[in-house]
Amino acid sequence: MILDSKVPSGDLADKWEDHKFHMKLINPANRRKHDIIVIGSGLAGASAAATLGGLGYNVSCFCFQDSPRRAHSIAAQGGINAAKNYQGDGDSVHRLFYDTIKGGDFRAREANVHRLAEVSRNIIDQCVAQGVPFARDYGGLLDNRSFGGAQVSRTFYARGQTGQQLLLGAYSALNREISRGTVKMYSRKEMLEIVLVDGKARGVIIRDLVTGEITTHSGDAVIMATGGYGNVFYLSTNAKGCNVTASWRAHKKGAGFANPCYTQIHPTCIPVSGDYQSKLTLMSESLRNDGRVWVPSKKGDTRSAFEIPEAERDYYLERKYPSYGNLAPRDIASRSAKEACDAGLGVGPGGLGVYLDFADAIKRVGEDGIKKKYGNLFHMYQKITAENPYKAPMRIYPAVHYTMGGLWVDYNLMSNIPGLFVLGEANFSDHGANRLGASALMQGLADGYFVVPFTLANYIASEKLNKVKTTDAPFTEAANAVKERTQKFLSIKGGRSVDSFHKELGQVMWDKCGMARDKAGLEAAIVKIPKLREEFWQNVKVLGENENLNQSLERAGRVADFLEFGELMCQDALHREESCGGHFRSEHQTEDGEAKRNDEQFCYVGVWEHKGDGKKAELNKEPLEFTDVKLATRSYK
Amino acid sequence: MDVTLHVWRQKNAKAKGAMEVIEGKDISEHSSFLEMLDTVNETLLSKGQEPIAFDHDCREGICGACSLVINGEPHGPEYGTTTCQLHMRSFKNGQHIFIEPWRAKAFPVIRDLVVDREAFDRIQQAGGFVSVNVGSPQDANCLPIAKQDADKAFDAAVCIGCGACVAACKNASPMLFVAAKVSQLALLPQGQPERESRVLAMVDQMKKEGFGNCSNQYECEAACPKEISVEHIARMNREYLRASFLEEAPKAGHGGD
Ligand SMILES: Cc1cc2nc3c(=O)[nH]c(=O)nc-3n(C[C@H](O)[C@H](O)[C@H](O)COP(=O)(O)OP(=O)(O)OC[C@H]3O[C@@H](n4cnc5c(N)ncnc54)[C@H](O)[C@@H]3O)c2cc1C
Ligand code: SF4
Ligand code: FES
Repeated sequence: MILDSKVPSGDLADKWEDHKFHMKLINPANRRKHDIIVIGSGLAGASAAATLGGLGYNVSCFCFQDSPRRAHSIAAQGGINAAKNYQGDGDSVHRLFYDTIKGGDFRAREANVHRLAEVSRNIIDQCVAQGVPFARDYGGLLDNRSFGGAQVSRTFYARGQTGQQLLLGAYSALNREISRGTVKMYSRKEMLEIVLVDGKARGVIIRDLVTGEITTHSGDAVIMATGGYGNVFYLSTNAKGCNVTASWRAHKKGAGFANPCYTQIHPTCIPVSGDYQSKLTLMSESLRNDGRVWVPSKKGDTRSAFEIPEAERDYYLERKYPSYGNLAPRDIASRSAKEACDAGLGVGPGGLGVYLDFADAIKRVGEDGIKKKYGNLFHMYQKITAENPYKAPMRIYPAVHYTMGGLWVDYNLMSNIPGLFVLGEANFSDHGANRLGASALMQGLADGYFVVPFTLANYIASEKLNKVKTTDAPFTEAANAVKERTQKFLSIKGGRSVDSFHKELGQVMWDKCGMARDKAGLEAAIVKIPKLREEFWQNVKVLGENENLNQSLERAGRVADFLEFGELMCQDALHREESCGGHFRSEHQTEDGEAKRNDEQFCYVGVWEHKGDGKKAELNKEPLEFTDVKLATRSYK
Repeated sequence: MDVTLHVWRQKNAKAKGAMEVIEGKDISEHSSFLEMLDTVNETLLSKGQEPIAFDHDCREGICGACSLVINGEPHGPEYGTTTCQLHMRSFKNGQHIFIEPWRAKAFPVIRDLVVDREAFDRIQQAGGFVSVNVGSPQDANCLPIAKQDADKAFDAAVCIGCGACVAACKNASPMLFVAAKVSQLALLPQGQPERESRVLAMVDQMKKEGFGNCSNQYECEAACPKEISVEHIARMNREYLRASFLEEAPKAGHGGD
């Protein structure tokens, strides 16, 4: 596998501007001759489809929900970062760049991250122009809040539903293009295969989720913005439909999968309450602006939170990381919560919880003040737990939230398959081994609005793309493979539901490849998962038929892919003999329990290449070079 | 707890549907309504019966995918709550629960409890946007917006496009949904240039889709999980009148060069 990052030469701060100037353009009249396929209508997909449509390309956009507005991005709560320095507190492009590189534990590509920090400013301007109602202060200017891993206030927000407002902004831009006829939107459609012609991505195979019809679509390039794979754990904060299928199908056709083991476990989620549970709910990190995290200092303290006096509480984040306190980055805050609970200090059922306490903030700004900032989050908490968080502290516990790994892409966001671009959470590019809060929304929109429109034009203008027809062999073969697979699920007629397999896989992943990992556990998982997969293919029970809406059939395909992907994740985690960011190998820690990186041996992107079913994937490496920042041990003390 | 469900089952858009009685046994009162359906579906499957189809995704009240008319009320008995946020503790042991899809001509049933809401997308496509190209707009803070206007616009912008307002209305009118977008953009400076054309186009599309008209019953407000106020319908009506009036006035012709 050739991994050429195509990072342009020159000074870090000038690379993107220079590159934009040197890239080829396509003349406006010619753009409509190019068909572009976009899979996904989240922040990354919708922004890309709308922008390319606006430029005049002929775009087809697909999503599996019943409307593009329902993509998982809608659920993002806390905010979006941008180096605007509106608060005058010392922010700059370079600082956002540095914080992101450091937050990612020095495992991201410098040039990509710098570009992200640069365009972050345009994103806010663009969204405001669309009518996105960001929070404002009394002077009518944009307000900011702080997020983890930063000492400046650079997070723009729209109450506790920033993702919703940003996605509806992108959705409206998409609607404008649909009305102008440059974008054709296909909802309730699932991409199940990518089609390569002469080694280039030239089309996709789509299943209509309502009629079961399989259709083929061709184009000059395929953009995948299909989100993250956190649901491999079954329980996560992701929407139920999030899956790895599009990425995995592309991987099996040759796309490298980068750093699959880098998973973000978010520290502030509502704890698990029973085995009926279908998902976990995030309580936005923004709450840590005002909430204080603590556990009782004595083991086995069963008093209620009120009865425990100040002196007998351990505000462990403030104690261990005085300069960042409750705003320590996610990986660190999650591990600290786990440590406290492992030490028997946890609160609530099963001792799997810590307090997030607003008593001080409520004293300071009143219940009303808190309600204005976080009303919908408090409401959500109350709905789920039937407890009033204005009166008693919230109980929280870490949960799977985001996946930093994804398909490998070069500086142009193109995978190693020419013509296949990957945007948003689905690629691996900007967050290294740990993502900072409010940076995923930024990345999705940066990729879609401001990066891919340039790099895609350059690709199309530079390549010789022969005409293809959807009746050509590569299309019909891929379509047949999809049909066969669908029929296979229906014909097994076994005894176990799709969900039961998914839950079992999720448990293995959480136990062995979750917040802390070790060699023995990972090796055990690598034995267990193939067995489960084998059982799945013999004993899964999918009723009904292909020709009607069949939700078990949809899920069967996704879980089948998770059952292959989970094994690769464990393999990646096993090979990476170091701890970095969200990847914590128990064997590699400092005396005080912090992650211990090994830059000598692991300062690279681990990119896996599919070698055929039943064969071990092969590891390729893209070395990471740092020219502008010095590799240092992360410290938030 | 145990509950007896009466669920609308319909194989596809063409098939005839009917209510079916299904027992829900050993349900945790802490589970959500959709988790209750998951549990029931697992039991159905183990008995060789097809699971109940229903729309859902985020399961935290924001994507607008979930629907269901529960005991006659869209999104069930709790105020300001989507079905996915509803918990079984709101029901009693042994209770009979009637579960039906949204009913409206413009929302045809696809299967069981799943309906086709693409009409909503088409209404938005008719004008629910600000025509701005992606490129280099002015700095965001060059456009200050009074906090109270921003807040009011926000109250409308929280619509999740679920369709409960339509399901609650005896005329199957989507006025609250349409008004939420019209109102949001009419309140913001960015929305001004297309203020008239937007409201006319969106209302026009709403009629084309076969939705009914608003007769000020305000059932929509009571059903809306995001508590969007009918005040926005009033604003939309004013916007519509104003736009109709201005549209009739003679326009200056466009100049060429
Ligand atoms: C609860 C929660 C809160 C969050 N809060 C924040 C926050 O405050 N700030 C922040 O920066 N980040 C936040 N994040 C992370 C952020 O929301 C996501 O990383 C980001 O929105 C992902 O956007 P995306 O466009 O890459 O993918 P998504 O929004 O997941 O979109 C994926 C799209 O791909 C489509 N798709 C997928 N597979 C297929 C297929 N096979 N065929 C057809 N279509 C397909 C889907 O239909 C969908 O349209 C949060 C995440 C969660 C879970
Ligand atoms: S107005 Fe309320 S009920 Fe109607 S679609 Fe929007 S959120 Fe749903
Ligand atoms: S499932 Fe998303 S709002 Fe209910």
